[in-house]
Amino acid sequence: MNLNATAVVTGAARGIGLEIAKKLINTGWTVAALDMLEDDLNRSAHKLGSMYRPYTVNITDTQQLAVVAASIGKELPVVKGIVNNAGITRDALMMRMGEDQWNMVIDVNLTGAWKVTQAFMRSLIRAREGSIVSISSVVGLIGAAGQTNYAASKAGLIGMSKSLNRELAARGITVNVVAPGFIETEMTQKLSEEVRSDYLSRIPAARLGLPVEIAEAVAFLMSPSAKYITGVVLPVDGGLTT
Amino acid sequence: MSLENRITDIIVSRLNVKKEEVTNSASLKDDLGADSLDMVDLMMDLEDTFNLKISDEDGNKLQTVGSVVEFLKGKGIEA
Repeated sequence: MNLNATAVVTGAARGIGLEIAKKLINTGWTVAALDMLEDDLNRSAHKLGSMYRPYTVNITDTQQLAVVAASIGKELPVVKGIVNNAGITRDALMMRMGEDQWNMVIDVNLTGAWKVTQAFMRSLIRAREGSIVSISSVVGLIGAAGQTNYAASKAGLIGMSKSLNRELAARGITVNVVAPGFIETEMTQKLSEEVRSDYLSRIPAARLGLPVEIAEAVAFLMSPSAKYITGVVLPVDGGLTT
Repeated sequence: MSLENRITDIIVSRLNVKKEEVTNSASLKDDLGADSLDMVDLMMDLEDTFNLKISDEDGNKLQTVGSVVEFLKGKGIEA
């Protein structure tokens, strides 16, 4: 099956973003894979074939983004999906957090998502259909010590999406948020054994999630089955926030 | 193509209305059914097509098809 439609996925070179790209390709999307990591992008492109189209870009750079958006407009099927997945952490207790650590995380995770959405949304509006999914985090819902910046950026995505939903829902465009819990990625592999077992003790499902389990939720929200689901925050967290 | 015809074409494609409905006195919102998002989309289209900037203040004054034509003529655009 080929939908003849493009989904723009940020942070798609590896981790959860790569899993999302794979799953969307399996459901017929062409994926415009945006990432700063050129080598990882090319490696993934080599594995995934022609439905995975790599674009090296820093999403905080409006000019670069405009160039990439123009290329995608020319080279790929019409954009009907946007997945804001790119994210970074710069953890520190607030007492010790530098302003640069705050700004960098907000710039990439929140402002970057805003810029990417703005760069591609006109295509969805014209098509009068499409879906926008932003990857938040349970940390945006319940907080985490050492992550005031990250949590603020992830909670910000929720407010942005709920407002954008009110602007776009009448156009047949859904705007949703997926809030992953603790997922087996490079980000969580860096955690100490102590923090890890503390997390595990709080998760009713008693295990970390898999990247593919996030990808499944994203693909569902972007499928025709979910046309009437919009403005929601879907936690995929093994029951952590319930 | 005349300026009027170019504007009519843009409005027809953006607002999904019939060419006959796009008269000089037609209100974009009341007669042609444009909502606020359509208006923004239309203004951005006019900006791209005629290579100019339309301020929010000017944009808010463009209520009828005729006012769009007059506005663009006032900017020195003939066709």
